[in-house]
Amino acid sequence: MADAGMTKPLTDRRAAVRPVRAWRNMNAKVASIPMVATVLVIFIGCSLWTVLYSFTDSKLLPRERFVGLEQYERLWGTDRWLVSIGNLAVFGVLSMVFSLVIGFTLAAMLDRKIRFENAFRTIFLYPFALSFIVTGLVWQWILNPTYGVQKVVRDLGWTSFSFDPLYTDSIVIYGILIAALWQGTGLVMCLMLAGIRGIDEDIWKASRVEGISVWKTYIVIIIPMIRPVIVTAVVIIAAGIVKVYDLVVAQTSGGPGNASQMPALYVMDKMFKDQNLAQGFAASTMMLVTVAIVLIPWAYLEFGGKRRG
Amino acid sequence: MQHSISVRDLTLKFGAQAVLKTLNLDVAEGEFIVLLGPSGCGKSTLLNCLAGLLDITDGQIWIKGQNVTWAEPSERGIGMVFQSYALYPQMTVRGNLSFGLKNARMPKDEIDKRVARAAEILQIQPLLDRKPGALSGGQRQRVAIGRALVRDVDVFLFDEPLSNLDAKLRSELRVEIKRLHSRLNNTMVYVTHDQIEALTLADRIAVMRGGIIQQLDAPQTIYNRPANLFVAGFIGSPSMNFLHGRTVDGGRTYRIGEVSLDLAGYDGGAVMERDKAILGLRPEHLTIQDHAEPGRTIPAVVEIDEPMGADSLVWLKAGEAQMSVRVPVEDRLEKGRAVHLQVDMTKASIFDAVSEQRV
Amino acid sequence: MAEMIAGPRGPKPRRAFSTPNIVLYGTLIVVAAYYALPLYVMIVTSLKTMPEIRLGNVFSPPVEITFEPWVKAWSSACTGINCDGLSRGFWNSVWILIPSVILSIAISSVNGYALANWKYRGSEFFFAVLMIGAFIPYQVMLYPIVLVLKNIGDFLSIFSLAMGMGKVQVYGTLSGLVIVHTIFGMPILTLLFRNYFSALPEELFKAARVDGAGFWGIFFKIMLPMALPIFVVAMILQVTGIWNDFLFGVIYTKPEIYPMTVQLNNIVNSVQGVKEYNVNMAATLLTGLVPLTIYFISGKLFVRGIAAGAVKG
Repeated sequence: MADAGMTKPLTDRRAAVRPVRAWRNMNAKVASIPMVATVLVIFIGCSLWTVLYSFTDSKLLPRERFVGLEQYERLWGTDRWLVSIGNLAVFGVLSMVFSLVIGFTLAAMLDRKIRFENAFRTIFLYPFALSFIVTGLVWQWILNPTYGVQKVVRDLGWTSFSFDPLYTDSIVIYGILIAALWQGTGLVMCLMLAGIRGIDEDIWKASRVEGISVWKTYIVIIIPMIRPVIVTAVVIIAAGIVKVYDLVVAQTSGGPGNASQMPALYVMDKMFKDQNLAQGFAASTMMLVTVAIVLIPWAYLEFGGKRRG
Repeated sequence: MQHSISVRDLTLKFGAQAVLKTLNLDVAEGEFIVLLGPSGCGKSTLLNCLAGLLDITDGQIWIKGQNVTWAEPSERGIGMVFQSYALYPQMTVRGNLSFGLKNARMPKDEIDKRVARAAEILQIQPLLDRKPGALSGGQRQRVAIGRALVRDVDVFLFDEPLSNLDAKLRSELRVEIKRLHSRLNNTMVYVTHDQIEALTLADRIAVMRGGIIQQLDAPQTIYNRPANLFVAGFIGSPSMNFLHGRTVDGGRTYRIGEVSLDLAGYDGGAVMERDKAILGLRPEHLTIQDHAEPGRTIPAVVEIDEPMGADSLVWLKAGEAQMSVRVPVEDRLEKGRAVHLQVDMTKASIFDAVSEQRV
Repeated sequence: MAEMIAGPRGPKPRRAFSTPNIVLYGTLIVVAAYYALPLYVMIVTSLKTMPEIRLGNVFSPPVEITFEPWVKAWSSACTGINCDGLSRGFWNSVWILIPSVILSIAISSVNGYALANWKYRGSEFFFAVLMIGAFIPYQVMLYPIVLVLKNIGDFLSIFSLAMGMGKVQVYGTLSGLVIVHTIFGMPILTLLFRNYFSALPEELFKAARVDGAGFWGIFFKIMLPMALPIFVVAMILQVTGIWNDFLFGVIYTKPEIYPMTVQLNNIVNSVQGVKEYNVNMAATLLTGLVPLTIYFISGKLFVRGIAAGAVKG
């Protein structure tokens, strides 16, 4: 090392031992072990396991007796499951539409440089901090036919008024929808508000100079500009809809009868109550498929596009 | 003479894209090298490779006779100054200066000694107990230089250190860096896109483009005898005037359309006859006069006159070509006036239009 | 000249009660009242006696304020199994909360830091799968996780039995639930920390490397002190999330250590006995008190947490 003659051509003398590729950046890899384990064991492993065992006839305990699509045939022949799917569709479409419309409207109103903006936002968002159990129980009480909204309206003189969602099969899903919207719209509003605030102020100056009305500006100019935020909100709402469980358990327990059943309740009952594991696995696999149908087009648009760009 | 830094066949690829292409560079001890080029030319990337902050794809890096190709940044005997200063916001100035020394487990009294010396050199003693947030931009950059200084290393790497400062502070600190270099006499590698910084500071400038060093020479050589069309166009403001034409008469005459210029006195190699050539003339190497001189002038028409304080820039149209000429500020020329531009052929450059190399 | 003097001059007059303003504020106030109503109903109901509830409706304010329902909800309400009120669930939730929050934030912050500053081959892939995994319905993974937790317990038991200690239980115990909360908190927290650390100037990281600091040195001495706000955000997110959890509590614990939400549901929806609505609402309010307190205290940070987590996702 002493006479490192630089006039000679620099040869292949190594000052350090070539680091082995796997050992380089070792600390980062160690720090990521929990993530790698979660991804491989839980997200990939457990999901595949459930899908695989949905093709068996497992009852109390999982067993590897494969019966093909039998569980799925039974699933789609079960009234309770069909009711769940119907409920999910109605609940899903309505909560998606109302969340977006209410969320955006509230965000636009808060964006109008109003006084007490913080107070209003705090009120609109606080339900989001609460547990679904708390939300479900409060609305169960407010919608109580004997003491709740129905009675209040009747006391006001409209004695034939009837609004009893929790004990009426045909409208129970709307009772849950009211509670779900109450809890969730604040979040959508916050996302939208952040999106609207992220837009360049000059857009507003331009639309004012051109004489476009405020509401028209929001609808024609702002909504297309916050498209990414809206897409994010749609994905978050959709993921929440498929998972809806606690709220229904607390508010109606799936009743009256099976009128407010949801897929998640069906899965839980089959797996942990009815000792019919494979049926639960099949139902949860269907939930996974539903999420995939929503997610894959979104992921393709969001990330597939970027890679090409 | 031993080289302070030697780069051998350095290649860096991000995926399939080569950012640095078999690059070679030798820096003498105590030399001030400036890496200059447009953004995306690989100059900062090269600096980061020298520092060990980027893993290279192929080649070797030697610093002070040691092969440091795979060494950690802190083991390379370098100090580095960043564009955004990169001071640790939660530490005081003293903490910033001593962080690296503490990591090297240096005894406390030695740390104190070095911090005191650096603070004295940079005149930041009163700032030692402040947080970076309480300092001005210029003060922050001094501290950042100090952080390299305390390491007591022979090689300083500067990554566009003055870009975030305003024009006045920039010129002040530029002088200071030059003073620091003459005092410490260590090797400095300095990345910038500002040609004034490059021309004033450098012993040698490496002009880069597309991951390749286009020319490595003293500032005056780069300015007066640019190796190729790119270097010629990149250095100098306003840019060099380029006149497309051909060389005839065995390389003794340059012809632009009907205009002929005598190439006697051209400072370069054998011109020879070329069907396509480019004549490069800097704005200050042309003079405006009213009368034509055959073989020495180009006819032109005045378009715009831009007074710039110390001198004035005149934009003219010579045939198809747009040209600029630097003239004393009192020479006002009205638009549309027909004039003749006298060419100082000793300071001109001729490029082959195909290879774009200077001949 | 005369016309110029006669025309409008000075600031344009502003009317506070213009029609658009009345509509805007009117709507906002009505909507705000609607959002506030359930909280109001909870409070007034919990302060009424049962006879008074039977006479009036859910919105009528209490005539005679009583705190009896609160006392009962806290210390003697029945869940069907035992009658010692919500206090047991409260403390269970606290004991679940503390280790879960600490462990999940510790693991995710280091993970986010590694992903932001020390990328390695495959790191982006695992991160992408982690993000996708956040959208998998929990129901798909619930049962196999039971098996995983049992296996972890059996594996650890080999050592504990060899050392003369008892068998280790993970499934059905606090430790199992802590693991589950750490796993399912990982996507959002990792995203939060990764985005935060990525947004810090890269040159700071480079400077620290030139100064000879390594992976942990940079994390603890440079990054951590700069990341305090995001740690607060992560804490708010986790405390409310874990406190409000119901599903994991039901599946992965046993009745003695049920968290507060599960116990609340058991109290209110138990079929035995007469419904005591005032006690139920007091219990509901008690369960909501922890996240509500955090929400009202943290204010903007709470908003920042959900916005940062969601918008960049």
